[in-house]
Amino acid sequence: MARRRKSKRQQQLQALIMAPLDWLEERSGLVGAVKYFLFRKVPAESNWFHTLGSATLTAFLVQLVTGVILAMYYKPSPEEAYGSIQKITNDLTLGWLVRGTHRWGASVFIILLFLHMGRVFLFGAYKYPRELNWLVGVILLTLALAEGLTGYLLPWDQTAYWATVVAININANAPIVGPFLGDFLRGGAEIGEETLARFYSLHMLVIPGGLIGLITLHLYLVIRLGVTEPPWTKAAAGYEFLDDGRGPVRKGLVEPRPRGNGSIGTPARTESEV
Amino acid sequence: MADELERPGGEPVEPEAEPHLPSPTIWPFAFAGGVALLLVGLIINWILAAIGAVLLLVFGFLWIREATSEVRRPPAAAPPAAAPVSELAVAEEEEEPERYPRSVFLEMSTLGVGALIGGIVTLPALGFMVAPAFVGQEHDEVDLGPLANFPKDQFVITTFNSKKDEGSVGRRTAFIRNNGLKNDVPSFTIISNRCAHLGCPTQPQGLPGKAKDVKGSSGTVTIIPVASVSGFQCPCHGGAYDDEGNRTAGPPVRALDRYEFLVREGNLVLGKPYSVGKVIGKSADAKIEAYRVADPGQHVDGPEQYFYPPKVWIP
Ligand code: HEM
Ligand code: FES
Repeated sequence: MARRRKSKRQQQLQALIMAPLDWLEERSGLVGAVKYFLFRKVPAESNWFHTLGSATLTAFLVQLVTGVILAMYYKPSPEEAYGSIQKITNDLTLGWLVRGTHRWGASVFIILLFLHMGRVFLFGAYKYPRELNWLVGVILLTLALAEGLTGYLLPWDQTAYWATVVAININANAPIVGPFLGDFLRGGAEIGEETLARFYSLHMLVIPGGLIGLITLHLYLVIRLGVTEPPWTKAAAGYEFLDDGRGPVRKGLVEPRPRGNGSIGTPARTESEV
Repeated sequence: MADELERPGGEPVEPEAEPHLPSPTIWPFAFAGGVALLLVGLIINWILAAIGAVLLLVFGFLWIREATSEVRRPPAAAPPAAAPVSELAVAEEEEEPERYPRSVFLEMSTLGVGALIGGIVTLPALGFMVAPAFVGQEHDEVDLGPLANFPKDQFVITTFNSKKDEGSVGRRTAFIRNNGLKNDVPSFTIISNRCAHLGCPTQPQGLPGKAKDVKGSSGTVTIIPVASVSGFQCPCHGGAYDDEGNRTAGPPVRALDRYEFLVREGNLVLGKPYSVGKVIGKSADAKIEAYRVADPGQHVDGPEQYFYPPKVWIP
């Protein structure tokens, strides 16, 4: 590409834009890090299925933002919870939208999680050296489900109340730990205000904190290890790309493609390329 | 490997060509089979469960043995150095820099003090998170009002405040039947409405009458008489009980819980709840297999009871 010489004006402008970035880069190296993240190499045959992870991340961010806003109006006590939810939905400007987004988004988040997990499984992307990232993913999945369970109680309507009664009692049926787990989740022998308060704390502080930390680790591993090729690609099937012009060659196995694209046979000369 | 050639950033993470992978093995499958057999056996047959447990242990051991074989093998003896000159160089390279007791001491005491401070801050907080859920679980006695409100041989849906200071969240329901006098002592059947499957509210199968609010020393008690009750049904998963609270159908694992009671100054007073394995006999003559109150779904009798340690923290 032929570079057009920049006019003086343009150079000045560029320096102006770059100055704060340079300042930042010199003191933190952050600009380089972001550049590395954005312009890292991914397999040539990456496809739409590879975007499911980022889609999950987006759904999570939407839950974070809408959740923080809901927390400004929600009141976590049995006397006030139901009323405050009614108020958010019916009275406050655009409250229905934010609550609706958070409620539907919760399902979207879980569905995307499973789709992403399915693509990782079907692509065999959990194999060496990415086993650890699969394990991190399993914890992420568990936390996301716990987030769903604790959030479900907060509206304190009939569905919320009885679904949580049943859900906690299912936990209380675990062998050996059940009786302890049930009382711990309820904050006592019976479901009540202690239950709502601790579910609220878990739902908006503890579990999201864990999710943010683990997502960071998850993405660090994705960047460090790179993304897997789709299984139908030559690279995933164990081919190596040789530089001798013969194209992809399967390592360690019989070559699938006959060798030699030399010219027509003639007794007149031998060919070094044979 | 092609994979490594394609790594972003162009640099293979590990210059070594061979990944550290465990060799192909059958043990995890056999181990999983053992787990499955154990779980199925718990439901069907103890002998099957025992076989499953043995398989699990054996194949678990074999799996661990195989997975760790590489690590457990004694490290290969260092190859003898070729020439005395290089021997010196190697020795110098491999030796860790000498550590002095003082620096080791400082390192250890930094770690130790850090752990101590961390512990002092964290442990009480963790205790505060967990402990309150297990203390103060005693039950308040509830005054349900005059005996006259409980007609003989008829169930009455009674809704009351189970805790003095909890308001509407603490409202609970019991089905109360006055069995009349037995040996000159009043007899009541007081069944909790909490389903013994997973805790949904069961309903009496009968003809409900008019509701009545009775104000007493324990707050408002709502009373609804129900005629000809044949049993109780749960709306959640179809659990069904007869009129003594014995399970007749569906997933519940035991009979409905009951309450102790006493009569004080002509009023019926509700005592502690307790769990019931099974009720033999009827009304005043019923023999009740009583146990310490347990959460719904927890077995109180049979071999499964050993999966559920009794909640000894309830006074
Ligand atoms: C909060 C939830 C999650 C987020 C935000 C997330 C995000 C991501 C992103 C952005 C990628 C990059 C590649 C791609 O998009 O496919 C990725 C890769 C990966 N994820 Fe997740 N993920 C989550 C949950 C999970 C779960 C539940 C599992 C499995 C149990 C999992 C396992 C993996 C693995 C093994 C990779 C590497 C795949 C490869 O290198 O091709 N993740 N994740
Ligand atoms: S809770 Fe009653 S049948 Fe499940």
